[in-house]
Amino acid sequence: MAEIQVKNVRKTFGKVKAVWDIDLTVHDREFVVLLGPSGCGKTTLLRCIAGLEQVDQGRIYIGQRDVTDLPPKQRQIAMVFQNYAVFPHLTVFENVAFGLRMQHKPKDEIKKRVQDAAELLHIEELLDRYPAQLSGGQRQRVAVARAIAVDALVLLMDEPLSNLDALLRLEMRAELKRLLQEIEATTLYVTHDQVEALSLGDRIAVMRSGQILQYDTPLNVYDKPADLFIGGFIGNPPMNFLDGEVRTEDGQVVVHTGGGDIYPPPDVGAMLSRLKEPSVLVGIRAENIETLPAPAEGALQAEVLVVEPLGSHNLITMQLGTEQVKVNTSADFKAQPGQTLWLRLNIDKICWIEKATGRAMYPD
Amino acid sequence: MKQKTFSRRLIGRVLAYLLAILIALWILIPIYFITVAAFSPKDVIYSWPKSLLPQTISLETLLFFINAQYVLDSLWNSVKVALLTLVISLVIGAPAGYALARYIFPGKDAFRIIILSTRAFPIVILSIPLAVTFMQWGLYDKLISVALLHVAMALPTTILVTSSVFIGVSKELEEAATVFGCNRVQAFTRVALPLALPGLAASAIFTFVLSWNEVFAATILTIQNRTLPARMFVQLAASPIPFRFAGGFFILVPAVVFMFFIRRYLFSLWGITLK
Repeated sequence: MAEIQVKNVRKTFGKVKAVWDIDLTVHDREFVVLLGPSGCGKTTLLRCIAGLEQVDQGRIYIGQRDVTDLPPKQRQIAMVFQNYAVFPHLTVFENVAFGLRMQHKPKDEIKKRVQDAAELLHIEELLDRYPAQLSGGQRQRVAVARAIAVDALVLLMDEPLSNLDALLRLEMRAELKRLLQEIEATTLYVTHDQVEALSLGDRIAVMRSGQILQYDTPLNVYDKPADLFIGGFIGNPPMNFLDGEVRTEDGQVVVHTGGGDIYPPPDVGAMLSRLKEPSVLVGIRAENIETLPAPAEGALQAEVLVVEPLGSHNLITMQLGTEQVKVNTSADFKAQPGQTLWLRLNIDKICWIEKATGRAMYPD
Repeated sequence: MKQKTFSRRLIGRVLAYLLAILIALWILIPIYFITVAAFSPKDVIYSWPKSLLPQTISLETLLFFINAQYVLDSLWNSVKVALLTLVISLVIGAPAGYALARYIFPGKDAFRIIILSTRAFPIVILSIPLAVTFMQWGLYDKLISVALLHVAMALPTTILVTSSVFIGVSKELEEAATVFGCNRVQAFTRVALPLALPGLAASAIFTFVLSWNEVFAATILTIQNRTLPARMFVQLAASPIPFRFAGGFFILVPAVVFMFFIRRYLFSLWGITLK
């Protein structure tokens, strides 16, 4: 296994900047997820690392070796493709053995390693079959088995679960996580599914328009998004954003919003008071808002618009002054449209965003 | 209600089969009579009314035909020309089709149209200047000249058919092959080619049959080394009836046999027929 280093890589298709001057390091044995909306360049970046696309500029290193100008077969990589790319004219055994055969490994070794990979993915019974006789989930297992059977330095995965139905995807996700922990592979995984990214990655690189906006642990990406886009892209429902104006009253910093005043803690207040323009967005996630049936200190009055019971919890859309916010409550919380409730924002979980730039600010 | 839709579906299916049977009979009955006649002695062929089943089977008519001057030679010529045509048009056409399917290159759309333009030339017009050119090049009355003209006729379809065949083979599969240790050529020979084989076989059948049936160019471009259809085109009309039946049979059989032989590839989708 090895480290992947991407240095200043650029790739354009005509006028489209698919990947724009990206730096990225994936540590040895780390599982990194490239996350972003479609067309953000995440798959292009992965294909550049695989050698399926030539970069316009920049260098790519796999395990300290400069592979930028090498064809895919010399990069010591393995890859799982979005549409499986299992060879239809070969049996499952021959599919898994494909990379080993190309390396001219001795017969016994091929047999053993195919068996091992098949056992890891529970496809031992399918080895004699052809891909046309397999279900989508089974083909996906074959594709993964083929990738882990070879001696690859890094494992690249391009939306491997996106073609599976919801239930199967959930099952395969957990199984992939177990498997990759077991084989300790350096993995770069592309997905547009934020849940997949949060649940699988050691670190997540969030991409948009050919650039990496934030590269951090799943928890940090979720709790401390680097900007407005990430806060709105990650999480279900997306983060609420309230328009706010920073003022100083009696030496205390106050943020006026359409729904009422918010009093930030002192370190945040100091940070906000240094802003050139006093406009901020108050970002808060649905689960960080407490819903109260009666007025309370520091709680903002709001009116219930829509109640959506989701089984494990209720999602309530509320009118908070001039803004709408989405709030999670426990499943047995009773609320009716038109009803008045009081909302208490968890001050420590607020993400303060400078309105002019869209950048999130965190006190040092 | 359920009964009704069921019976309607049954009627539909019966009609479809009836139609298929009618078409098959329409094709097979003349072939059957030609075959029966080819295996009947002279007096049976001339007799009337005809019976549906062969009365006496004899090789007399066929032997008469085969032993006629040039017949075996021109049959052999036909096979050679058809195989030459098939090989040359696949060797040129398949890579061209592959390029059309996989790459974006300047002039791609123009290329696609220019390919078809050779089909706009009637063979009559093409054959005469070609005959002159072939005479000058010393290729006249050689099988290769007939094959070359047949290639020119077959190439447009070969290129377009193979291109659609290769479009049907996912690019991802070849990419997967390169990731797992193939270079570009190996990725083609180990993955794209085997998967394209049924389609390529279909294209080959088409080319073979085209060359086998082609009369006009073969008649103009050769004198001594005629293919079987070209020779028969000239001679059959002036031949006795048994000879015509035997000739018809000889033209029919190789095409039918070739189709049966290669049909397996045509209909086989991997994993289904291999069961």
